[in-house]
Amino acid sequence: MAEVEETLKRIQAHKGVIGTIVVNAEGIPIRTTLDSSTTVQYAGLLHQLTMKARSTVRDIDPQNDLTFLRIRSKKHEIMVAPDKEYLLIVIQNPSE
Amino acid sequence: QKKNISLRLTMEIVYVYTKKRSEFGRQCNFSDKPAELHVDILPDPSLTDNFIDRDPCDVAIQCTQEMSEHEVNTERFDCEPCGINHVEGGWPKDVNSQEMEQTIRYRKKVEKDENYVNTLMQLGSHMEHCIRQNNTIDIYQEYFEEEEIVEEMEGQPSAKTVNVFRDPNEVKRTATSLSWHPDGSCKLAVAYSSMEFQKVTKDMSYDSYIWDLENTNKPEMTLKPVSPLVCLEYNPKDSHILIGGSYNGQIAYWDTRKGSQPVEMSAVEHSHRDPVYKVIWLQSKTGTDSFSASTDGQVLWWDIRKMSEPTERLVLDPSKKGNLDNALGAFSLEFETTMPTKFMVGTEQGVVVSCNRKAKTPAEKIVCTYSGHYGPIYALQRNPFFPKNFLTVADWTARIWSEDIRDSSIMWTKYHMAYLSDGCWSPARPSVFFTVKMDGTLDIWDFLFKQNDPTLSLKVCDEALYSLRVQDNGRFLGCGSQLGTATLLEISSGLCTLQKNEKALATAMFERETKREKILEACHREMRLKERSRSEQSKEDEAKDGEAEESAEELVACAEREFYEVVEAEMKKRGKDDKKEKEKYEGKDGCKEKES
Repeated sequence: MAEVEETLKRIQAHKGVIGTIVVNAEGIPIRTTLDSSTTVQYAGLLHQLTMKARSTVRDIDPQNDLTFLRIRSKKHEIMVAPDKEYLLIVIQNPSE
Repeated sequence: QKKNISLRLTMEIVYVYTKKRSEFGRQCNFSDKPAELHVDILPDPSLTDNFIDRDPCDVAIQCTQEMSEHEVNTERFDCEPCGINHVEGGWPKDVNSQEMEQTIRYRKKVEKDENYVNTLMQLGSHMEHCIRQNNTIDIYQEYFEEEEIVEEMEGQPSAKTVNVFRDPNEVKRTATSLSWHPDGSCKLAVAYSSMEFQKVTKDMSYDSYIWDLENTNKPEMTLKPVSPLVCLEYNPKDSHILIGGSYNGQIAYWDTRKGSQPVEMSAVEHSHRDPVYKVIWLQSKTGTDSFSASTDGQVLWWDIRKMSEPTERLVLDPSKKGNLDNALGAFSLEFETTMPTKFMVGTEQGVVVSCNRKAKTPAEKIVCTYSGHYGPIYALQRNPFFPKNFLTVADWTARIWSEDIRDSSIMWTKYHMAYLSDGCWSPARPSVFFTVKMDGTLDIWDFLFKQNDPTLSLKVCDEALYSLRVQDNGRFLGCGSQLGTATLLEISSGLCTLQKNEKALATAMFERETKREKILEACHREMRLKERSRSEQSKEDEAKDGEAEESAEELVACAEREFYEVVEAEMKKRGKDDKKEKEKYEGKDGCKEKES
């Protein structure tokens, strides 16, 4: 438990990181550093996108699997680390 | 015996008319007749000599299915983009998502799960790697930004229609004025009104619209004036404020943050008495000053903070007496922020009036006039690179003037088949300007390239084009048509990037033409002086002779004498030249004879 806390705190402390969200398989946000409405929005949308991305990768090659998803937009970068049961989402403003 | 014939239609309408049996006429009597042979043509073998057997025979056969082409256009589907509100879901059945306690308890339970801890440690380390990567190096960095890519001229200048914005109302009105949003090309404000006298119907809408360039289905914002707007301008200092001049002579201003109704309107008694054809924002500290012109002969200055009456008034009376009955109706205004004390007005009578705002007396306000057009001046603009030269668009020509020459323009286009309705300079290139005509064509002129014809002429639409506005980057332009269609065009980069030496060449051209006109003016003046002195001289002579009544005949006789004198002199000169030529040839012949 304590290591999880430490890890998440460390991630949040990195330069440019705007927010961190942990989502479970049903799309419920477990831990978040953003406000609840934004969290719900990110959780719902990115969960679906990750599922789609994963299914795309596996359709092309069934032995392959999605390891990481990065979405770079004009304002910031959304990084999603997927797992079978949980999703770690970090929003960062990259070094410009 | 009468026979009644009645017609009964499905709707139980019965019409009865009678006719006597005896009037029906006799019935036909058929009879049998044996067959008669009328014609019998027997085969004649001798006729085959007139024909030759054709071998081989060519026959085209088509074995495909016959198909027809049919076009179908579905009815316009109105879409509106809108956001979706997300609601939390996915909670298991026993947890009520609204209850904070339950959700917190659920979350704590998940966090204690061992799987959760392991997974998160692993994901966390992976994530940190990526975060550090982002912070170390920017993988999307532009390496060669500073290098300027030298663009070659891609051949033909061209323009293409990017978007078309149609008047959403049933009854279409003319798009009389367009104004671009000051911060870049994202919005276009279009003023709609019906310029045809007394053709306004009850259901004609008064609204004008602000369009977002991406969305052609629905205007972004509606402006609802009391009377249709003839002209509309964004405030270059504050992009939320727009000022509009309306058909009934009032001026109104809007704040887009405050909704569709005007924030304030000018008082009817102190406004114009005719439609306001042009309104321009002035350069001032407060950014609230503007001035307007109308065909009632007045130019009024307004401060939008106090619209109850104009701050200043000028009557366009060329006799400088401020007499409204004498005044020229104003159709267009020109104002350049680099010369804030001067402005120009284009009138209905085809005269451009140059005025000085800082003059002390109203008489001094009107500095000078430039005449040369035959019809109302629809557009008037100084060249953004050479403010001493300005463009006027009126009747069937567009003319370029120099401030110093009053009697004539220095350059002009040919007389077109259709009336020109609007025009403007390109803000990117000093030698390029645009005009639109009543036959729906847009002409792009580049007079350093070609002066007789436009460099590019495009048919934008079938109906007349009434207004034109170029965006500040010189690349996009909007044209408004009679049926309220605003077309957005993009022109090729060759027409909106400054060419090498262009400024120098344009300067040289303007100077050359100005000089030519100056010389012509001087010549005319001299001729006039000569005429005057000659007529004065002849009058003096007559006074000496004392025969005033015959002065006309004398003049005619004098003119005849002079004419014949000139002709004789010419003939003598030619005769001398001919003689010289003959002598030359004879001399040659003489030489030849000597040789042979």
